[in-house]
Amino acid sequence: MHTFRICCNKGVHPLAYFPDQNAVAINLQQLLRSAAGLLLAGSLALPGLEAAAAAPAEIQKSLETAARASTPGFGGLSAERGQRFFSSTHGNDWSCTSCHTPTPLAPGKHAKTGREIAPLAPAANPQRFTDAAKVEKWFNRNCNDVLGRVCTAQEKGDVLAYLMSLAK
Amino acid sequence: MNNTSKRWIFDSVVWSASLLFLFGLLLDNALADSKGFTASNNTWKAECASCHMAYPPNLLPAPAWRRLMAGLDKHFGTDASIDARSAAEIGAFLENNSGQGKRRGSDSGTLRITETPWFQRKHDEVPASTWKNPRVQTAANCSACHAGAERGDFDEHAVRIPR
Repeated sequence: MHTFRICCNKGVHPLAYFPDQNAVAINLQQLLRSAAGLLLAGSLALPGLEAAAAAPAEIQKSLETAARASTPGFGGLSAERGQRFFSSTHGNDWSCTSCHTPTPLAPGKHAKTGREIAPLAPAANPQRFTDAAKVEKWFNRNCNDVLGRVCTAQEKGDVLAYLMSLAK
Repeated sequence: MNNTSKRWIFDSVVWSASLLFLFGLLLDNALADSKGFTASNNTWKAECASCHMAYPPNLLPAPAWRRLMAGLDKHFGTDASIDARSAAEIGAFLENNSGQGKRRGSDSGTLRITETPWFQRKHDEVPASTWKNPRVQTAANCSACHAGAERGDFDEHAVRIPR
């Protein structure tokens, strides 16, 4: 702890106003933290509305639209093709099932860290495929890990069709 | 110079010195190695903890966090890319609360907490058999022995090594 003194000709040590220097330091720390928190919360809230929650069917619809636009001779999304895609490896060590298990109605487990992963099928986990940004984030990451590239809209749409076909 | 202005000068000097002193105390608190980690950030928690324990920022020095955040697309063998806004927020949180002081603040070049010299020194008495215990599996599994790890509590007295 610092021990230097400030001399005072008025007989009052400036720090004598504070009974406990540590308490002051800690309170200041908390104060600074909450001030920073408020600023951060404010800056996050300001840019306006976050993406509204979507239903899995809406996300599937937009994947289907994208697939139709990018796939010559597009013949619709297929749950069956999605299941094959989901359970196959694609040149790397992992398949989707490495983490999400062959039964996406059940909880999965991160292949590397062992962290539990909530069920992927909307029937078992209503929060799945309701946030378009989150869906994109995870498709990007996981397609890179499993295929070494991004997935096509058709592949993503097929997988979602498969996951939505699963009932509890 | 009259007495009033002398007093003003004296007061301002004393008060600025006291402020400096208080900031010194703040710094001292921040540097304390032994204190538990309590700061939190929702984005950090949500993003990092979706794949593994959200390792407390004070376990790595700022330069290591900077390198780690710059390479999220190749994050220990998996793609953990994140949008720019979240990355900026998490990066700032990690650096602002990063390891300080002679040991935790020094950058040994590794991005693995378990490879830092201070981690190895703190765990040098742990036998190899413990790391291989199926209930531990990896040194990255803090919670196997530190029950409060998720809360940033690594108190040595609370360590329970599974058998």
